[in-house]
Parts: sequence; C-alpha cells; structure tokens
Amino acid sequence: MGTLTEEIFSRRLGRRVRAGDTIVAPVDYAMSHDVTTPLAIEAFRKMEMPLWDPERVVLVFDHILPANTVAAAGLHKLIREFAEEHGVVHLFQEGICHLLMVEKGFARPGGIIVGADSHSTTYGALGCFAAGMGSTDIGVVFATGRTWFRVPQTIRIELHGSLPEGVYPKDLALRVIKRLGAEGANYLAVEWGGEAVAAMTIDQRLTLANLTVDFGGKAGLCEPDEVTRDYLGEAEVSDLQPRDPEYLQRVELDAAEVEPQIACPPAIDNVKDLSAVEGLQLDEVFIGSCANGRLEDLAIVARYFEGRQVHPRTRTMVVPGSKKIYMEALKAGYIESFMRAGAIVMNAGCGPCLGRQHGVLAPGERALSTSNRNYPGRMGSANAEIYLASPAVAAASALAGAIADPRRVI
Amino acid sequence: MGRAFKLGDGVSTDAIIPGRYNVTTDLSALGKACLIEARPDFAATVRSGDVIVAGRNFGCGSSREHAPLAIQASGVKAVVASSFARIFYRNAVNIGLPVIQCDALFEAVEDGDTIDVDVRTGNISAAGRTFQAEPPAAVALKIMQAGTLVDLIKTGGWAAIEEV
Ligand code: SF4
Repeated sequence: MGTLTEEIFSRRLGRRVRAGDTIVAPVDYAMSHDVTTPLAIEAFRKMEMPLWDPERVVLVFDHILPANTVAAAGLHKLIREFAEEHGVVHLFQEGICHLLMVEKGFARPGGIIVGADSHSTTYGALGCFAAGMGSTDIGVVFATGRTWFRVPQTIRIELHGSLPEGVYPKDLALRVIKRLGAEGANYLAVEWGGEAVAAMTIDQRLTLANLTVDFGGKAGLCEPDEVTRDYLGEAEVSDLQPRDPEYLQRVELDAAEVEPQIACPPAIDNVKDLSAVEGLQLDEVFIGSCANGRLEDLAIVARYFEGRQVHPRTRTMVVPGSKKIYMEALKAGYIESFMRAGAIVMNAGCGPCLGRQHGVLAPGERALSTSNRNYPGRMGSANAEIYLASPAVAAASALAGAIADPRRVI
Repeated sequence: MGRAFKLGDGVSTDAIIPGRYNVTTDLSALGKACLIEARPDFAATVRSGDVIVAGRNFGCGSSREHAPLAIQASGVKAVVASSFARIFYRNAVNIGLPVIQCDALFEAVEDGDTIDVDVRTGNISAAGRTFQAEPPAAVALKIMQAGTLVDLIKTGGWAAIEEV
C-alpha cells in the first residue's frame, strides 16, 4: 500500500512502511566514483569490518578521467589498490557512473541503491529507489550493506499531453523546477507520471529522474511499465505501482503548453522561456552529462549538426555518456557529424560538467550546457555564466554561436 | 564566542569547495580552499569558533563530503542556516560538524557580528538577542551524541538507529 517509495520499502522489509518512518534497510548496490570513493574508503576503514559484499560495491572512474593532475592520479591509485585488496568486482572506467548503473543492469524495478553522488536519483526512472548520499554513509554501507532512511513523503507530478516539436523532457523538468523552486522537493520523493511520461522512452525518463535532485528530491521515480520491460529485456518487471497513495502535493503540467526552457545563472530555478535570452552570444557549448549524455540526446544533436558547421566563436564539446553510447553513436554516424560540424568529441565521462579537467570557463565567459548544474564556479571561474537547456537548444545554439531556438533551425 | 560569516541563500557545495579543489582527502588543504571563490577572504580570516550564518538551502548540489569537511577543517564551530539541503545536512551530521536550523537568525545577524552558539542546546546569542534553534530529528541527534556516524554504528550497530 502507498506510494512507489512506500511500496518498495514495504516489500523489502516485509512489513508495512509509511512515510515518516525511520528504517534501516539493506541495499542492492552501493556506488561511488573517483572523487567520493577516497573518503568512503576512509570511513570504511574506520569501521574495522570486512567489505560487506565485493559484488555489490560499484566503483567508477568518471569525474576525472583520465587523471589530469598528479593529485587526481593519486586518488585513482588509492581506489584501485582498495578494489584489489578487497576483490571489488565492479570497477569501471567507461562512462558516467549513473549511466553505467543502468546500462550494466544494476538498477532494477523495486530495487534500493545508494550512491555517493547526488544524481543517483537517476535510477528511479526504472522504478528503483535510489538516493544520493555522502562518502561516510557509503563507507558504512561498504561495511554493513545497510543504511538508514527516513521514508519520504511524495510529490506526484502529472505530465499531461504530449511533447510539442522541439520540446523535450529536459524542458518539462526545468518547467517543474521553476514552479517548485530549488528546494521544492527537499527531503521528499518525487513520482513522475501521467501520459507524457508513459509515452517516454527510458532515456527520456532518466533525464526526469536525474534532475529530481536538482530541486531537492531524495528520489525521483517512474512506475515500471511495458517500456521498462522492453528496455530491461526481461520479464522481471514486477507489478510495482502506487496503491492508494497519499501524496503530499500534486503538480499538474500540460506538456503541450511548454516551450523550450532555459535555466539561467546563477541557479537551477532561475528558469525562463528560451525566447527571453535568445541571441546571447556563447563561448562554449557542452553536450553531455548524466542529464543528457545518452544516445537519444546525441541523435538529436546529430540531426541538427548534419551538413552544418558550429559557429567558430563557440567551442562546442560533445561527451558521450558512456563507452557503449560512444560506440553506438559511432556506428550511427553521429560522431562523424559532430566532428565534421567542428565540434570537439571527448572521451566518455563527466567531461566539462564539473569544471575539473577540460572545457573550463574563463572569467566573463558564457556557456550553455545540457547538464544539470549552473552554480557559479561549477565549470570554472565563479565569474562565468552557465545556462542549462536541452540537447536541441544546445545544438541550435552551437550552430548560431548564441542561444537559439531549435524550432527555427530548418 | 566567535564572529558570524554571513552568506546568502542557495550556497552550493560548488561554492563551498569548487570541484578543482577537492581532489584530496587532506583536511588542511580542504580547509584552506573553503569558500575560496565565493568568499575569498574566508580562509585567511576565519578563526576557530566562528560561525557561518546562511539563508535557505545551504549546501545544495553535489554530495561531496569535502564541503562539510572543508568547513570543519577551517575552524568553523557550527553552521546556522534557515534550511539545509538534505545530503549536505546528513553529511555534516555524519562527520560531526554541528548544523543548526534557525530561520529567525538570518535576518537578525550582520556579517562580523559576535555570535555564540551552544551546539548542544541550540541556544544562539547574537546581535544582543537570543534565538532558539529547531531541535534536530531523532537520528541526527543520536549521531551527534555519538560524535560521528562511524562512532555510532561501530559501537551500537544499526540497532542504535532502529531504536529511535
Ligand atoms: S555528469 Fe556532471 S552531474 Fe553527472 S555525475 Fe558527472 S559531474 Fe555529476
């Protein structure tokens, strides 16, 4: 009985769990990446216990890959040695952690996953309860296989209608963030439902679940359905759905009325209709990240880039989210379109999203990114501006060298 | 007794410690980089016992635990904010950095004001007035009493939390 969150925890604990309860629950997997793992290892060592399960710890090198400084290389070395010492089975260096958790089949409907990264909410797109935590929490999971949760209340977001031409799930998510504010779902779970979500592919739902944390959500869930079943390629999708749920709040949005949206500096909830900032010149366009670095995102961009040139004033960087996506994009000819158009294509990973390795912004520069974070200083100088939008807007803007409406690119 | 460093709303973990500065687990390096771009004078002027006073959604963004660690390493005694982002709050509690929610303080305090925070009782005196913080939730209180999450689980096991 209850919301998706209550259903998942009730099934797992074998008793009725309600929002507000404080529970200790086993998790399916604990994930951490190259920046958060070293501190998780420290916490784990302080526990003075053996590793709970070498097959259920997932370590990913993605934030600084390959290492760009001696310090970063040192972190990688420390993590590798830890993995070797404890026989950790899943150690990846082939893309963004959140994409790999889905690609590798760790995220399942009804599952419980915690990750030492805020965008761990992403796996909720498959009906998995997944929350981001810090390194100490994850280090304690490494030792015990369990963690505590205060079972959150839920905001239900109903997305009605269908997406108009040139409008994507990113625009819907930004529209919701505009309405609810950057802390609108703090301490709460979010359920994304309605006919627009039912019509979405998993790639699209992953974008919604990903951005849930950017308005504070602890988890962002979609009901598993036929689309989920097809995606997972097995008949294991359970009958998981909300049953007589009580929601804290319901938000209704008609997708048909949404225009392309853009989050303007300095915060994710400073969202405007794209038309308000059209024409602003850009120094950088970054296409990638766990929000929008999947194959369907790259397909959209390739469609715009085909036979065209990106504007010479703007450095355009495309970063496929994972090796698998990269290889599929190669096969589909997208990578060639990007390169012919004059974009820089980089290795799979977080890329310029967090301003730690390449694509760093100088003071006074302006960037448009398909990622999920535009805090000052995120991608380099604290005096640079970051705008966030969909891959279609990013593509149109890269061609124009300025913020542009994809609906006007013929 | 310390001074208040007043910050605004929505101070992100990118502002507390930008990505370029958290490629380390060395606490003193983290402390030196605390608020390095958002408040460049911070690391050089902060003294042990000072208090960060902030508005809403403090610590939003990335889950990086380097953020509360940097604050703790800088010598700051406590962070008092109108509200905290969930992951930051949990991280701060887990490592033993006192985080205190008090909505009324933000408007009342100016940067540089003398401030005293009793992290056990949530009593705050600043600007010639006293304020009472909201009590922490039961689990947070348990962890705070134990020192850190590791201390609590190591000594009491998960039963320590299951009992609350
Ligand atoms: S792509 Fe960006 S938001 Fe996503 S995990 Fe990497 S750094 Fe974080």
